[in-house]
Parts: sequence; structure tokens; C-alpha cells
Amino acid sequence: MTNVARILNSAHARGLFYQGLVLSGAALIGWYLVSNTLTNLAKRGVATGFDFLGREAGFEIGESLLTYSAADTYLKAFAVGLLNTLTVSVAAVVLATVLGVVIGVGRLSSNWMVGRFAAIYVESVRNVPLLLQLIVWYAVIGRLPSPRTAPEVLPNLFFSNRGIKYPTLADAGSHAPTLLALAAGIGAALWLARWARRRRETTGRPFPTLITAAALVLGTPLAAFLLNGVPLHLDVPVREGFDFAGGGTITPEFAALFFGLSIYTAGFIAEIVRSGILAVPHGQTEAGLALGLKPGQVLRLIILPQALRVIVPPLTSQYLNLTKNSSLAVAIGYPDLISVSNTSANQTGQVVEAVALMMAVYLVISLAISTYMNWYNRKLSLVTR
Amino acid sequence: MSKELTSRRPAWAASFEEEPSQAMVPPPALTALKPFGWARNNLFNSRLNTALTLSCLAILWFAVPPMLQWALLDATWTGTPEECRAAEGACWSIIAAKHRPIFFGTYPYEEQWRPLLACALFLVALGVSAMRACWRPWLVGVWFGCLTAMGALMWGGVFGMTYVANDRWGGLPITLMLSVFAIALAFPLSVVLALGRQSGLPAIRALCVGFIELMRGVPLVSVLFMASVMFPLFLPEGVTVDKLLRALAGLTLFTAAYLAEAVRGGLQAIPKGQYEAADALGLGYWQKMMLIILPQALRIVIPPIVNQFISCFKDTSLVTIVGLYDLLTAANIATTDPEWRPFFGEVYVFVGLIFWGFCYSMSRYSQWLERESNKFNRR
Amino acid sequence: MTENAIIELQRVGKWYGHYHALRDVSLSIGKGEKVVVCGPSGSGKSTMIRCINRLEAHQSGNIIVNGTELTDDVKSVETIRKQVGMVFQNFNLFPHLTVLQNLTLAPIWVRGTAKAEIEEVALSYLDRVRIRDQAYKFPGQLSGGQQQRVAIARALCMRPQIMLFDEPTSALDPEMVKEVLDVMIELAEEGMTMVCVTHEMGFAKSVADTVVFMAEGSIIEVAPPAEFFGNPRSERTRQFLGQILEH
Repeated sequence: MTNVARILNSAHARGLFYQGLVLSGAALIGWYLVSNTLTNLAKRGVATGFDFLGREAGFEIGESLLTYSAADTYLKAFAVGLLNTLTVSVAAVVLATVLGVVIGVGRLSSNWMVGRFAAIYVESVRNVPLLLQLIVWYAVIGRLPSPRTAPEVLPNLFFSNRGIKYPTLADAGSHAPTLLALAAGIGAALWLARWARRRRETTGRPFPTLITAAALVLGTPLAAFLLNGVPLHLDVPVREGFDFAGGGTITPEFAALFFGLSIYTAGFIAEIVRSGILAVPHGQTEAGLALGLKPGQVLRLIILPQALRVIVPPLTSQYLNLTKNSSLAVAIGYPDLISVSNTSANQTGQVVEAVALMMAVYLVISLAISTYMNWYNRKLSLVTR
Repeated sequence: MSKELTSRRPAWAASFEEEPSQAMVPPPALTALKPFGWARNNLFNSRLNTALTLSCLAILWFAVPPMLQWALLDATWTGTPEECRAAEGACWSIIAAKHRPIFFGTYPYEEQWRPLLACALFLVALGVSAMRACWRPWLVGVWFGCLTAMGALMWGGVFGMTYVANDRWGGLPITLMLSVFAIALAFPLSVVLALGRQSGLPAIRALCVGFIELMRGVPLVSVLFMASVMFPLFLPEGVTVDKLLRALAGLTLFTAAYLAEAVRGGLQAIPKGQYEAADALGLGYWQKMMLIILPQALRIVIPPIVNQFISCFKDTSLVTIVGLYDLLTAANIATTDPEWRPFFGEVYVFVGLIFWGFCYSMSRYSQWLERESNKFNRR
Repeated sequence: MTENAIIELQRVGKWYGHYHALRDVSLSIGKGEKVVVCGPSGSGKSTMIRCINRLEAHQSGNIIVNGTELTDDVKSVETIRKQVGMVFQNFNLFPHLTVLQNLTLAPIWVRGTAKAEIEEVALSYLDRVRIRDQAYKFPGQLSGGQQQRVAIARALCMRPQIMLFDEPTSALDPEMVKEVLDVMIELAEEGMTMVCVTHEMGFAKSVADTVVFMAEGSIIEVAPPAEFFGNPRSERTRQFLGQILEH
């Protein structure tokens, strides 16, 4: 009896009991749902399993970085969708960051008018649903003039309802030396910056890093370009009938998604940047100035390292949000992961697999980014404690 | 004290703008009253600032007059599509012609006073809830009554109102109801999830963390797809749940995961001493949570909950993707009328303004609330 | 006195909007002189010493430090900040850098001193403020008194000719005040020119050559400590001393 009472009253045993209760409840619900699903699928005569990924997809995809045709497998279609999602996300992340930083700093400007402009941007962009913004962008691009009358914004750059047409470099092979030189120049400039900083720290002698680095980044490819015999052949878009021939294309879907996502997310990034900078106490700036550091050095050596600590975690989650928001592509017909998996689900009837696959992919992306974020946070917090 | 008097803007921001030459400026006490002096101190105090101000003015000069011309001066306010085509400016008559389907979708035309009344009731309830003085137990009763009345109005079938099936509902009522129901249903779930995530029992913690991270890791679109295509498979044969409820379920689960993180933030903000004091008084787990911790934690998380409500409100627009007839869908459909097709912009501007009005006022409200509760905490 | 003054304030005026923070403040401080500035809060004493290294810009009058006039000319500000060290009420150590890095940052980037060389110097200063064993910790791991001593060492690493102290002990717990004051007294004995805003009247009595009393943005009284505490001339000073010496 006392033994029974002791077990009943032991915190450990009670913990185990509650956990067992919750787990078996969850398992019961899970089993119920799965068995219902299996029965339902069997009744409808739908196959289960991921075998369908190896079969021929049989649908075209509007745009793709890989060479893809309807004869390719579902697996390849999913890969194309994923790649499209990643392309538009990465491109939009870049623009959103640049815009967001400019607007965030603008909101802190001593110039009243610049501050107002930035505030109006942030308040209007953040308070209208992204989907509405995307639809408006898409509608605006769709109502641009047709290729026949499309305006040539810059030489050989056309904005039409078929998307944005831009010149590309023809005969890509001949530019390999230039590109290699550019890569080498950037590499050398990065190395130089590290070296100059280290030398400054050890010997105290300054080095004109900015000018030298600029010369390296611009000069090296230019030299290679000239040495290579100035191989300048552009593939320019030309009006032809109802469309353009030649040149590269940014489709209306991509353009709408790209601008919509960047402009929307920039509003959130601006607020993050602003609060990050405000989070560094004013005394830090004063102490730096009192020591004789120049304002630029104060910003680089004292403010930014501290502000970044505040900015990076929410910034990463904005990047994550942007990636997830790119799924709204489905509303304007950009062939992203969701739209591909939708089409596949409709064709094969294997809804569960398609939805599971698409959720799994997003989950992997999210977990990868948040793992990185945790690592980064740990690294920074080690420095402070 | 001098710190409070100088502006909150970081000093380097000023220093970059070439050290405003204050020593040369006569003491501001002498000039501050004149707008000219204000402009010189705030807009033209350095070369960079002058350039920035001038470019802002240029943008205003080129953007505002044509916009006013389009939106107000040249606009057509009432009239036919033909008159609109002839005019240069905005065609607001499309709003006059289409506002009924935009606001109420395909709800029977003669009965549309019912969704209107329902929306009005809703807004009144929201307004009442916004007042701190009304944060009393009876507020729950008010909402309960209000929702019952709304349901009666929308469905009908009582008091001589004809029955309207919910697949004919649309527009603003859908947007309002989805967002409020989603947040209201998600809230208790989120408290449970947050407590579970903080729990000392590993299996329960794992279950909650798994759910929260899953929902936060995937886009809402995929959750809505899951809700709309997979829910029917989950249920035994013969049981069907309509589209609106399925979308609501998806939205609720999604919102709950985000809310749970907000609540967790509140739980973590409670000093450890409060937990220890409750334990020391001999309170059990649920007593401790219900009497000591949650009342404090939830007060802290009210502003984040309002922010979550704003994003939930914006997110309801996504239900258009699974074929529900919300405000945005209604607007989209209104623009497909061939006669009015060219004037899609006006409809989007109109709907955008509605969303903006709701979201902006709520975000101002949440900022105000945050300031108020800070005041409360400091005292 | 004006002949060999190292800091010279001539009819300095400063406004915050409509608030008149400094009214025609004139003061001259000789080389090696120790000046203690006191007065009720809001009297402009912090504003005055923050004008000396131009953390605040004065709007009328002249400030000449070590022969250089402070104007909005960036070069003159740079020159003066290299010669003037400052210690703040809230320490303002850089939390993302170690104690040693806090000390070496400015000498490396402003003076262009080699790292190995300045680290030696920095460690010797840390020795002098009796905190060498904390060199590789981060500021957040130190007590307030230790942080303030690091802040003093950080300012000294730039080998300044003048040190400004803006209420250096006001944010400290009572038992830590002494360790900071001891370091300041040592510094005074070495002949450093010091301008110190403080409420530590004991420090003023024992160390200061001159006590400056300010109220409502003006200098009310300038006197040697014996005279200041023994026989204050103005009624306002007597009232102030009465209030703070009660405790």
C-alpha cells in the first residue's frame, strides 16, 4: 500500500504517466487520421508512395534554369520548381536588403524630409497584404505596351507586357578570360583588405585600401578584356512581329514576384536596421569620438559590430519569411515549388505525397537557415560574455 | 540631462553630414520660431542634406500634381464605363458600381443589409475591446453574443430571415470573420503549446516544439493547401467539412504556432522569482500557471498578439488561393467585368486602402498599447 | 595665468533649442592644474566639459585647447581629441571588445601605433590601475569599479595631456568609489592636467587646485578649495554646500 502510494505520488512517475497519456493520445489521433486517409485513398483508387516521382511529368513549365521538357520526370519537375523558388528568393533578398538598409538609415536621417519619406514607405508597404501588392505588380506589368510599342527604357532594354527584355553577351566563351579576371580581381581585393587591416593592427601603418581594391576589381577584368582583343558582341533584343527576338527575358511573373517581394520585405528590414542602430547606446559613439576616432571609424569599429548583433537574427527570419512568401507565386502563375507540386497532385491524385514533399522541402530550407542563425548567435554571444 | 535634450538620432549620422556648422549659426533660440530657421536647421544644414532635400522636393514636384490630377481633379465619380473611358483621370464610378460585390460577394442582393449589420457589430465589438477600461470578464460575453448574432445574421433561418448557405458568403465579412476567429481559436491553443514547450516533460516538449517548428517552417499557402485538399482525406467517409471551416482550421493552426512563440516570450520575461515564490507558497503546476504566471505573461504579450492579429488579417487574403471569396477575391472578380476591365487599378487602390486602414490603425494601437504598458510597468 | 593656459574658455554660450545651457562661461586652466567642477544637476557642468573635446558644439564664444581653437573644422577637432582623454559616468567601454582591445583600439587606428608596441603600453597601464589580470576578459564580466578603471586606462593609452572626468564615480556602488578615486589621485600626483565634474567633495578638498561652482549655466565662483569650502563668497554657493555637506 505504502509502495503504491509512493509510486503514485512520485514526481517522476507522474511525469511519465502524463507523457504516456499525451503521447498515446497523439498516436491514437495520428492512427485514426492515417487509417481514414488510407481507406479514402483506396476507395478512390489512388496509388500511394513516391514511385510517381520517376514517371514522366507530361506538363510544361514556363521558365526553368535547367533544361526541362514535358518528357522529363516528376522529380525533375520538382527540382525545377525548387530552383525557381530559390532563384526568385535569392534575387529578392539582395534587393530587399539594399533597399531596406537605405530606408532604415534614411528614417534616422537628420533630414526631416528624408525621414518622412522613409516613414511613409515603411508604413504603406507593411500595412497592405503582400498578395494584393503582387497582384497589382502583375497587373501593371501585364498592361504595359505590347512589344510593338514597348518603350526602350535604356538602349536595348525594353519594358513590355511580355516582360523585361535585356541584351546579353553573345558568344559567352570569349568572355571567360574577362570573367576569370574579375573573379581574380575580387579575390585579390578581399585578400588585400584583410592584409591591410592586419598590417594596420600590427604595425599601425595605414594603406589606401579602398582605391587599390577598386583598381583591382575594375582594372583586372578590363585588362583581360583589352588583352583578349575587345570581344564585344551583344545579343540584343529586336522587335519582331508580336514579340522580341534575341536578348534575355525576365518574365512578367518573375518580375512581379521579384519587385513585390523585395519592396514588401524592405519595409520590414528597414525597421530592423533602424532599431538595430538605435540599440547601440549613444555613449558608445561619444566614447569613440572622445578617443579621437573619425566618424567613419566609429561606425565601422564600434557601432556596426554591435548593431549587427541585434540586426542579424531578425534579419535572417525576414529572409526566411521572404522565401516562404515566394510561395504566393502560385497566385500569379510563376512556376515555383508550390505550383509544380500542385500540378503534380492534380495529375497523379497523390495529394498527400505532393503536399508532404513540398512541406518537407520548405522545412529543410527553414531548418538550415535557423541552424545557421543559431550558430551565428552563439558565435556572437561568445564574444560578449 | 543633456542627453535627453539632444536628439535620439545617433551622433555619427550627424557627423557624416559634415558636422553641421552650429558655431556659425546664431543661437537657435533666436531663430527657432521662424519656419525659415527651422528649415535651415532641419533640411539645409549641410551640403549632403541640401542635396537630399532638393531631390525629395523634386520627387514630390513630379509625383504629386499628376497623382492629384488623376485621383481627384480629372476623376469620374459617377457615370458609365464610356464616360470613364472618355475622361483622363481615375474612374471611381467603378467603385460606385461594384462596391456591393466587393464588400459582400455573392450574398443575395436584397439580403445584403445582413452582412453589413454583421460587419458593423463586429467593428463595434473590436472598438470596445480596444479600450483598456473594457478588459473585464464581461468582454468575453460581449464577443460571445456578438458572434452568435453575426452567425444568426449571416446564416439566417431565424426571425424570418431566409437561410443563406455559407458558400454564398463573401467579401469583407469573410475577411473579418476569418481573422478574428483564427486569432480567437488560436489563442488558447497557443497558450497550451507555449506551456508545453516550456514543460519539463521531454515527450510533451518535443511534441510542441515539433508542431511549432513545422508550422513556422512552411509557408501559409502550403498549410492552406493541406487544409483544403488533405482534410477531406483525414475524415471518415460521409463526413464533410465545408471549405470555409477548412481554411479557418488551417489559418488557426498556423497562427497558433506563431502566437505560441509570442506567449513563450512572455513566459520567459517573468522573473524566476515569481515561479519560485509560487512554488514556495505550495501552489501546484496549474495553480501556479493560472494564478501567478499567465496573468502576468499575457499582459506582456498583448502587443505582440495585436501584431499577430495584423498579420493574420493580411494573411486572410491568401484564402483566395484555395478558392474562398474574401475581400481580395471579390475585388479580383469585380475587375473581370469586360465593361469595367480597364479600371482595375481603382479597385485595387480601393481595396488596398481598406486593408491599409485596418492594419495601420491596429499597428498604431499596438504601439500605443506598448507605451501604455511600459508606463504601467515602470510605476 | 592666461599666458600659459592649456584650456581657455572665453564667453562660451550654448543653447538646446530654447534652453540656455551655458551662459557666457569664461575659464582658464593652466598646465598641470587640477580643476574640480561642482554644482547642482542641470547647472551645465557636464555640458561645459563636453564642449572642451567637442562632444557638444558651443554656439558662441571661443574655446582654445593647447593652442588650437575649436571650430567646426574637422582637423582642429581631431587634433584636440588626440590630446584630451575623457572618462564617462557610464564607463562606455566597448562591450564587443576585450579589455585589452578596448585599450589598444584608438592608439592603433588614430595614432597608427604598432599593435605589439601598444599592447605593452596598455598592459603597463592596466598594471597601474591594478587590473592587469583582467586584460583578456570582456567589459561585461567586470564590476563597475573595475570597468571605470579600465576606462581611465583606455583614455591614458592615447597619452593625453588633459583628462576630462564626467562624474566618474556617480554610477558606482559606494565601496567601489574609493578604488577609482585612488587611481585619479595617483594620476593627479603625476602632474596630469585634470578637469573633473564630481560630487566627491573629499576629492576636491585634497586634490584640486581650483574648485569651480556652476549654477543655471553660469560660473558662480572660482576659488582654491580652502577658500571655497572655508569662506564661499556667494550666497548660492553657501546654499549648495549646505545641502551637500549635511550628509
